[in-house]
Amino acid sequence: MNTSLGNIKAVAKRELIGYFSSPVAYVFLTMFLLLSGFFTFMVGRAPFFEFGQASLVTFFIWLPWLFLFLVPAVGMRLWSEERRLGTIELLLTMPITAWQAIVGKFLASWLFLALALFLTIPLVLTVNYLGSPDNGVIFCSYVGCLLMAGGYLAVSCLTSAITRNQVVSFILSVVGCLFLILAGFPPVTEFLSKLTNTQWIVDGAASLSVITHFEGFQKGVLDLRDLIFFLSLIGFSLFTTGVILRGHRAG
Amino acid sequence: MIRVQNLSKSFGPKLAVNGVSFTVDRGEVLGFLGPNGAGKSTTMRMITGFIPPSAGSVSIGEFDMVEQPIPAKRLIGYLPENAPAYTDMTVYGFLNFTAELRGMRGDDRKKAIHRVVEMCFLETVLYQSVETLSKGYRHRTCFAQSIIHDPEVLVLDEPTDGLDPNQKHEVRGLIKRMGEKKAIVFSTHILEEVEAACTRAIIIDRGQIVANGTPSELKQRSDVAGAVTLRAGGVNSTALGQKLSQLSSARKTTVLKEEAVSVTARVFPQPNCRNGELARGIYETAAREGWKIEELHTEEGRLDEVFRSITMPDTVRDDKK
Repeated sequence: MNTSLGNIKAVAKRELIGYFSSPVAYVFLTMFLLLSGFFTFMVGRAPFFEFGQASLVTFFIWLPWLFLFLVPAVGMRLWSEERRLGTIELLLTMPITAWQAIVGKFLASWLFLALALFLTIPLVLTVNYLGSPDNGVIFCSYVGCLLMAGGYLAVSCLTSAITRNQVVSFILSVVGCLFLILAGFPPVTEFLSKLTNTQWIVDGAASLSVITHFEGFQKGVLDLRDLIFFLSLIGFSLFTTGVILRGHRAG
Repeated sequence: MIRVQNLSKSFGPKLAVNGVSFTVDRGEVLGFLGPNGAGKSTTMRMITGFIPPSAGSVSIGEFDMVEQPIPAKRLIGYLPENAPAYTDMTVYGFLNFTAELRGMRGDDRKKAIHRVVEMCFLETVLYQSVETLSKGYRHRTCFAQSIIHDPEVLVLDEPTDGLDPNQKHEVRGLIKRMGEKKAIVFSTHILEEVEAACTRAIIIDRGQIVANGTPSELKQRSDVAGAVTLRAGGVNSTALGQKLSQLSSARKTTVLKEEAVSVTARVFPQPNCRNGELARGIYETAAREGWKIEELHTEEGRLDEVFRSITMPDTVRDDKK
């Protein structure tokens, strides 16, 4: 057990070093902070200052869309780069299991996204200075964001295992995450109900939507079902990543 | 240490490796020869556990690669083809990472890194990013990675590819020295490498082993093996051919080159001719006839010729006929 944790840590550490020794990390963090600030303060029916409430709703409402592009940008290289460089052959002939490598890489990127979220703390300080927001709701929303980022990231991890081309991996991942967002939107659910009369298929598709599950967190509700949704999305995607990687090697 | 039994691998309908079996013990260096696409890399990838075999088995030490991959992989050091390395790391960072995955901690790790850096002459680039390294340095970095845990089994896929002649010589020496205590398999296109570093060689073609033996055994299979090459003055080619064909130990004489002052010819022995008999016969004839011998030696056989004759596609061979 100790060695497997050690292996996961070693893989994760390498991945993080990889982010910070290339411009990827800095470009990402800058873009994320600029865009999230821009959307929070400038865009929408009720931007931050006109909203008239000490809350971060305007910030969190945009995050699923911002993450739609930024998280695949973080995750697209995870396995495609390994395959392009051929280092996957080194990594998987080391005395570690494919699982440890998959989890290590995923955790490193997730930690990186957590850091990006952490850097938005000045927003929290600002609303606390301006008024007295419900910090419980804010905390809850952050937890939801982190889980959502993890879900998107696991999907990117999966798509990056499919191809050695990072651009293809990025596009597939955006499409996959977009589906996860749109599955619960009325146009999609209406379209699905036209296709089929079976209600449970429509409901099933709608329940795959991250938006539905993210809403609870935004209201400050930590629902076990939402938690299970995100964790199982992560688990399923990482498991599929493992299957795909094994498939490539089996030829 | 390495036991490969009936190993096969198919990619879709294509059989890349077909029933390959061999063993490599400690103290042996096995050269793996074959044309491009013969299945060398695929075999090595199965030995190191990167791809699972379609049939057959690989065991390293007492561990089966499919049943117990982790302890088996622990015994192996592997240099994959084209020496991949993480381009976004420094040489030190890369070696540190691989040592960590090999389970080395603290002082042990530092010592191990220091040792391989010295062995592979990486001091000057230690804190340089892998991306900026020349091909030779990158290759040596990846080679250093493969020996960092002083493994009992080394699998090297084209270890001298992309190195300059001095570095090639260095790496061959290193393989030979390490081969005294380890079981080593390495693949190569360069036949002189086999003679320089291997105790045994296997030639593989279209997924199957077509020859297996020590370098000198393989050379014996060459057409010219045992033939005597002679350069002599004071005689013309016709007379030389006539006299030599009278020798009981000679089967055939061919003139390779005729110059104003000397004739170069190759004499092929009779099948049951004893070692050295033909050369002695030629010398005695030359002494009797008063030829001035400038050169006289028995051919050991040439590996490249054996390699070509074994692995040449049938179509090419037929065309030549």
